[in-house]
Amino acid sequence: MAKTHVTATINGEETEFLCDGQQTMLDVLRDEMGLTGSKEGCGSGDCGACSILVDGRLVCSCLMFGAEAEGTDIMTIEGMADGDKLHPLQQKFLEHAALQCGFCTPGVLVASKALLDKNPNPTEEEARYWLAGNLCRCTGYDKIIEAVMDAAAEMRGE
Amino acid sequence: MNYLGKDVELKVVGTRPIRPDGVEKVIGRAAFGADFRVAGMIHGKVLRSPHAHARIKSIDTSKAEALKGVRAVITANDLPNIPSEEAFVGEGPANFRDMSLNTIARDKVLYDGHAVAAVAATSPSIAEEALRLIDVEYEVLPNVIDVEEAMKPDAPILHDDLFTQGVDPKPTKASNIAKRMEFKLGDSASAFSKADVIVERKYKTAPVHQAYIEPHACVVSYGADGQAQIWCSSQGQFMVRAYCAKLLGMDIADIRVFPLEIGGGFGGKTLVYLEPLALALSRKSGKPVKMTMSREEVFRGSGPTSGGAINVKIGATKNGRIVAAECEVMLQAGAFPGSPIGPALMTPFAMYDLSDVTIWGYDVVSNRPKVAAYRAPGAPVSTFATESAVDELAKQLDMDPLELRLINAAKDGTKAVYGPTLKDIGFVETLEAAKSSSHWNSPLGDAAPGKRRGRGMASGFWFNIGGESSGATYVNEDGTITVVSGNPDIGGSRASMGMMAAEVLGMDVKDVRTVVGDTTSVGFSFLTGGSRVTFATGMAVTQSAEMVRDELCKRAALLWEIPAEAVEWKDGKAYPAGENAGKFDPLTIADIAGKSARTGGPITGKASINAQGAGPGYATHICDLEVDEETGHTTVLRYTAIQDVGKAIHPSYVEGQLQGGAVQGIGWALNEEYVYTKDGRLDNAGFLDYRIPVASDLPMIETILVEVPNPRHPFGVKGVGEPPIVPPMAAVANAMENATGVRMSSLPMSPPRVRAALDASEG
Amino acid sequence: MARVTVASQMCRPFMGTVTEVEIDASNVRALIRELDRRYPGLGNQVEESMAVAIDGVICQDTYLEPINPDSEVCLIPKIAGG
Ligand code: FES
Ligand code: FES
Repeated sequence: MAKTHVTATINGEETEFLCDGQQTMLDVLRDEMGLTGSKEGCGSGDCGACSILVDGRLVCSCLMFGAEAEGTDIMTIEGMADGDKLHPLQQKFLEHAALQCGFCTPGVLVASKALLDKNPNPTEEEARYWLAGNLCRCTGYDKIIEAVMDAAAEMRGE
Repeated sequence: MNYLGKDVELKVVGTRPIRPDGVEKVIGRAAFGADFRVAGMIHGKVLRSPHAHARIKSIDTSKAEALKGVRAVITANDLPNIPSEEAFVGEGPANFRDMSLNTIARDKVLYDGHAVAAVAATSPSIAEEALRLIDVEYEVLPNVIDVEEAMKPDAPILHDDLFTQGVDPKPTKASNIAKRMEFKLGDSASAFSKADVIVERKYKTAPVHQAYIEPHACVVSYGADGQAQIWCSSQGQFMVRAYCAKLLGMDIADIRVFPLEIGGGFGGKTLVYLEPLALALSRKSGKPVKMTMSREEVFRGSGPTSGGAINVKIGATKNGRIVAAECEVMLQAGAFPGSPIGPALMTPFAMYDLSDVTIWGYDVVSNRPKVAAYRAPGAPVSTFATESAVDELAKQLDMDPLELRLINAAKDGTKAVYGPTLKDIGFVETLEAAKSSSHWNSPLGDAAPGKRRGRGMASGFWFNIGGESSGATYVNEDGTITVVSGNPDIGGSRASMGMMAAEVLGMDVKDVRTVVGDTTSVGFSFLTGGSRVTFATGMAVTQSAEMVRDELCKRAALLWEIPAEAVEWKDGKAYPAGENAGKFDPLTIADIAGKSARTGGPITGKASINAQGAGPGYATHICDLEVDEETGHTTVLRYTAIQDVGKAIHPSYVEGQLQGGAVQGIGWALNEEYVYTKDGRLDNAGFLDYRIPVASDLPMIETILVEVPNPRHPFGVKGVGEPPIVPPMAAVANAMENATGVRMSSLPMSPPRVRAALDASEG
Repeated sequence: MARVTVASQMCRPFMGTVTEVEIDASNVRALIRELDRRYPGLGNQVEESMAVAIDGVICQDTYLEPINPDSEVCLIPKIAGG
C-alpha cells in the first residue's frame, strides 16, 4: 500500500511520518511514534481516551486519519507538562486523587486543558458538559471535576 | 501487632499523600495492557461466532493460513481438551473445562461473540483479513436469552450434560438450571401470620457490563524451551499464570506473568480471555504475539454480570418490625454455570435482624457471554429487589424508611440469614450518619414545572474477603524503602501499601516506593478482588515492614554492642531504650543500611499469609432525583454514599471507591442493559448505545466515611470497593417512587420505560 | 463442644435434614475430619466449596483456624468477589 508522507508539529517538534490511508492518528501516535499516552478505549469516538489537541481544537484521534495531520500543530498528553514541571491540571489531578486506574486520565487531562484554554473560569456545569465526551468508569467524576475547578482557580491566580 | 485505639498516634495512615504511581499516569507514560510491545512481535485476532447458539460442523482455516503474513491459525484443537474439573475461580465455583470452552469453542458456540478461532499475522490488518478467510460451517440452533425463558421445561438446552444440582431427587433430564440453592432461618411460611402488612412483588434487573475503559490486552512470548512470558493487564498476575497453565497444559513454573497497569476491572478482569489464545498462537508461530480486544469484543466476548428475576415477599407488624421474609432469585450465569447465586442469596437480608427468612435461587445458563464478577457479585441484583420492597413496606406502614431500617437493623450479635452471628459491624452507624447528614435534613426543593422530584434511600451489605497475599519490604543501600505488593493496583493500592509500611517504619511516605511484583518477584497472591487488597495484602505488607523494623533494631544493637531489647524504634530511627541502654546518637535507616553488610547482610522483610477475618461492609445511600414527565428522563440531583470502612488508610481513594461504585450503580439503575435482537445477537456492543454515566449526568457524589474498626486488621481496615454498588439501584428506584408515585420494578429505569410507567399509572 | 450450623441446603446430600450438630474440634482441620466421619463426603464438600464462619468471622481455605469449645461455627458457601 502506498504510504502518505506527513509533516506535522507534534508536542512542539516538527515531525515527519509515513502512514497508510486507513491509519488513524491514534494508531500513528501509538504505533509509529511510541506516544502511547493517548489510549484506545473504543475506537469510535465515544470514550475520549484518545483525546488530542489539533491546532488547539479538541479531537478524538481515533476519528482522525493520520494523513489529516499534514501541516497541523498537535498536542498529546506527552506534551502537556513543561519539561518536568507538571501542568497545573496534572498537579491538581494528583492532589485531588482524580484518577483511580488512570486509563481515562490522559484524555480527560487533554480535554480539560482545551476547556481552560477556551474558558478559564468555567462553572461546574460547564466543566461537566465539556467533559461529557470523556468516559471514566472508576471515579464517578467527582474528584475529576474538583481537580479541574481547582486548577482553573489556580491558573487564574486565585 | 496492631495500631488501633485512641492512644495510638498515626502519622501517615489517614492522610492524603500523592500516590507513588501518579506522575507516570498524568504524563501518559504508565504502560497499560495495549501499550506494551516487544521486538519481533506479531498481532493476534479472534474470530467470533455470529450466532447465539450453533453447532460447529467444520472449520476450514486453509485459506487463512495461505495468506501472506499469516504466521499461525488456531482453533480449539490447538488447546488441550481438558476434562471436567470443579474449581473455585473468580467469583465462585466454576469448571476448568467450561473455562477452556469459553476461551475458544469446541463443538458448539453458545453466544454471539463466542471465540471460535484465532490468527496471528505480521500486522493487525492482515490478521483481520485472515479471519475473513476462515470458513466455519454452523448448524444454527434455537437460542434462549432471557433467564425465565431459559428455565422453562421446553427451552432450548445449552448443555446436554447439565443436570440441576441441589434438588431431590436427582434429575434425569438435562436442564438450563445448573443449581438450586437455599438458605433458611426459622420458619417464614408460618411467620407471615404475625404480619399486619405484607408486600409482595416481582423485580427484574438487566445484565450490565463492568465497562472498564481499557479493553483487554496482552503480549505473550512462548520460547523454544517451553517457557513463556506474559505481559498483560489483569486483576491478578498469579491468576493469569494459573489459568493459562491449566488451559494450555503447562507447568506453572514455566510461565512468568508481568502485571502491566490495569485500566479498570471491577471483577471483569478476574478471568483470562486472550492470554491462552495468545499463548497458543505464540507457541505455534514461534513469535511473541500481541492481542487487544476492540470495544465491541469487550461487550460481546467478556463479562458481563448477571441479570436476574427476583420475587420478594416481606411482612411486618404495625410498629415496623419485619417478621417474615421470602425471596426467590433467578440469576443468569451466561453460557456456562457459575452465576454468583450464593452471594445473591446471602446478602440482601444481611442488613436486618430477622428470625424467619427463606431465600432460594437458581443458577441459570442461557445464550449470553459467561458472566464475570462485577463488584459485590450477586448482591446488587437481589438487594435491588429487597430494598425496594422494604421501601414499599415503609410506605404502607406510613413510616420513615430510615426509621424502619433502624428498627430492624442488624447489630453485633445478630444472627445473619446466611448463618453466622455478626460482629464488629457498623450498619446502625451508617443509618445514624444518614439520619444526621446534611443531605437527609435538607429540603428536597421544588420541582420545575413538568418535573417531579423525590428522595429515596437504601442500604446494602458485602462480606469482603481476605485470602492468600504476599508483601515484601526491602531496605535499599541508601536507606530508602521499596515495598513490593503481590496485587495489581487498580484504584490506588500502591499508595495505601506504602502508607502502612511508612507508618510502621516511622518514615515519610515519600521515601517509600511501592511496586507491584511479577510472579517471580513476590510470593503468591490471590487476585485483586473481593475488596481484599488493602485488608489482606495490606496485612502482609504491614508484617513485612514490622520484620524490617525489628531487624533494624537488631542491627542497631549490633552496631552499639548492646542487646536488641535495649533498642527502641521511633520516628524512623533507632534509639537506645532508656538510660541503662547506654548513650548513643540515634541511627537512621540510612545509617543502618550503610553498615548492613557488616552486621549480617541486606535487610529484608517478607510476609506470605492467608488473611482471615475480613470485616463486613455496610453502606447506606441517599438519592434525590427529578423526573421529566414528558420525556421520562431522570436527573440525579444529589447523592450521598455512607459506608462503614473500618479505617480509611488513604481517605481520598476510599471516597473514590464509594463515588465510583455509586455511579456505576446509578448507571445500572437508569441506563445500562444488554439489548438483544430476536436471533440472539447483541445489539448495543459499543459505548454509543451502551450508555454509561458521563460527567454531565451527575452531581457531586457526597461521601461519609464511618469508621468502626475491624480488630482483625492491624489498622482496622474493612474492604471498601464492593459495598458501594449494592444500594444505588434501590435508592434510585425508591426516589423515583417518591417522585412519581410509581414503583419501577424493572431495571433499567430508562426514559421510555419511565414514560410508559407514568402513562400506565395515569391511564 | 462447638455448635455447628448450616443455613444453606448445600450439605443436605450428606446431612439430610440435620442442620445443627455439636462437634468437638479444636481447629478447622479437626472439624472437617469429624464432619466427614459422621457424614461421609461432607469433609470434601466443606474443603472444596465452603467457608467456615467461626464466631462470626469467615475463614476460607484454612486448616489451622482455632475453634473454641463454645464457638459458633457456620458452614457457608465460599465467597469471592469482584
Ligand atoms: S478511543 Fe477515541 S474516543 Fe474512544
Ligand atoms: S480512572 Fe479509571 S477510567 Fe477513569
